[in-house]
Amino acid sequence: METITKAPNAVNLIENKKYKLVAEDIVASYDNVIAVKNVTMKFKEKAVTALIGPSGCGKTTFLRCLNRMHELSKNAKISGRVLLDGEDLYSNHQDPIINRRKIGMVFQKPNPFPTMSIYDNVAAGLKLNGLRNKTILDEIVKGCLEMVYLWDEVKDNLKKPGMSLSGGQQQRLCIARALAIQPEVLLMDEPASSLDPIATQKIEEMMNELKKEYTIIIVTHNMQQAMRVSDYTGFMYLGELIEFGETKQIFENPLKEITAKYVQGQFG
Amino acid sequence: MRRQLGPKKNSAVADKVFKIGATVAATFVLVIIVLVVFELATGSVPIWQKEGASFITGSTWNSVEGRESYGAAPYILGTFVTAGLAMLIGVPISIGIAMFLSELAPKFVRTPLSFVIELLAAVPSVIYGLWGLFVFREYLRDWIEMPLYNAFGNNVWIFSGNPFGLDIFTASMVLAIMIIPTISAISREIMLAVPNSQKEAAYMLGATKWEVFKLAVIPYSKSGLIGASILGLGRAVGETMAVTMLIGNATGPSAFPHSLFQPGQTMSSIIANEFSEASTTGLHLPALVGIGLILFVVAVGINIIAHLLVARVLKAHEGAVLA
Repeated sequence: METITKAPNAVNLIENKKYKLVAEDIVASYDNVIAVKNVTMKFKEKAVTALIGPSGCGKTTFLRCLNRMHELSKNAKISGRVLLDGEDLYSNHQDPIINRRKIGMVFQKPNPFPTMSIYDNVAAGLKLNGLRNKTILDEIVKGCLEMVYLWDEVKDNLKKPGMSLSGGQQQRLCIARALAIQPEVLLMDEPASSLDPIATQKIEEMMNELKKEYTIIIVTHNMQQAMRVSDYTGFMYLGELIEFGETKQIFENPLKEITAKYVQGQFG
Repeated sequence: MRRQLGPKKNSAVADKVFKIGATVAATFVLVIIVLVVFELATGSVPIWQKEGASFITGSTWNSVEGRESYGAAPYILGTFVTAGLAMLIGVPISIGIAMFLSELAPKFVRTPLSFVIELLAAVPSVIYGLWGLFVFREYLRDWIEMPLYNAFGNNVWIFSGNPFGLDIFTASMVLAIMIIPTISAISREIMLAVPNSQKEAAYMLGATKWEVFKLAVIPYSKSGLIGASILGLGRAVGETMAVTMLIGNATGPSAFPHSLFQPGQTMSSIIANEFSEASTTGLHLPALVGIGLILFVVAVGINIIAHLLVARVLKAHEGAVLA
């Protein structure tokens, strides 16, 4: 049995500080199928990083490891480290419940709480974390709905059920709900895949605004979208991170042949 | 290659037979309901003629020929009290079981425990009655009824009486146990049907397990949980054998549910107790059939209320799924 654990060397530590979120040697599996194989990735602060790759390449599973959501799935296993500002989320003294508040998530399909009004959906996380002051709640709800460009469309109907909105509006509502608890990182799992082009465009515009304050990591299988919204892009294939760099470089001068094939649309 | 499909033979006839067959099968249910109502109504005509409304409001119960007088009020009330008490105890336990089984239990506990709970639903009610009579009753009497009686018996009317073990309290507790499998099995299914995306939305906001229930699972499945509980109520109201064995079988005014620790009677238990000795010439049998009619109306009423409740919950939250 190996007793010496690999200690991060000093150089690594200093280097890590430039990054908001660092994933190291992530191996993740469910039902004994390994979905993510030894992926190490560093995410710059206040930038959008896109994860692209064909279906089943492990990009969603990897994303779910970053806020300890993966371990909630059945028969899920994970090893490796995820450092948020240098603190390992998977170390024993870290509480996943506290950390999920710092790392918000938006899912593939809009999932507002169906029994709650638009207002209550946005306020849900705040109330959950003990905020009761009506004035402050009102203020944050308004601010978050403005941030996702939804305020003007719903300001007169805040008491209406969240489900009464269109699909694109629901997804923006879910983003507002995630923003309300003021996370530091926002994970987006194909946030526009179930939306029409106009709704998609609105979400992309919004991301350009959001990255001024948040570190965003987006999983997408839409390469044009990755090109439009991201500063950095990682290409994953069969559970491995094949190539990771500036978006422009990945799409224009990929170093690996397989990356080139994928971004040129030769397989998908 | 193109293949020619020949004209179908006899398809029109077969379709007709199928339609008629299915319609007959569906009509069958309706016919049975109508027949039951008809029998209950015609069979109880003499008692309604003799007693009128006081059959529902009255409490005397005298089957001696020449002095016959019947009132069903104590049994109607007894039914509501026992079923209500059973719900009060049974529903929270059932929801707790469902929560444990759907989210909290480790896999190696989940499957066997779900199986055991479904087995409980298959135990015949006479077995529950026997167990209640010879085992459970003594524990209830010595550990719950006596202490409560000693502490509050003189001051609090519901704990007064004679804590002997054959009473409304024991019957209600066994009823509670009997409705648990029904409610918890259905509630578990309903909670399992809550989509993962809902639970993940709650986890994402930093919810604990309990908060996931509060925020996502329970609101989403509320109407279904109400439906499950009402199904349990239906069973509690109609349950006969175990109640008859445990409730002490009082008749007349003394059957009014005064206190938890006194013998009582429900609509179903008085029918079970007396149908074999009711004379066909007097009013005794029509009286029992009349109680049967009331029980039928109550049971149907509960179902209607259940549906209205579920419909209202659904309407209040457009888009919420599950009935």
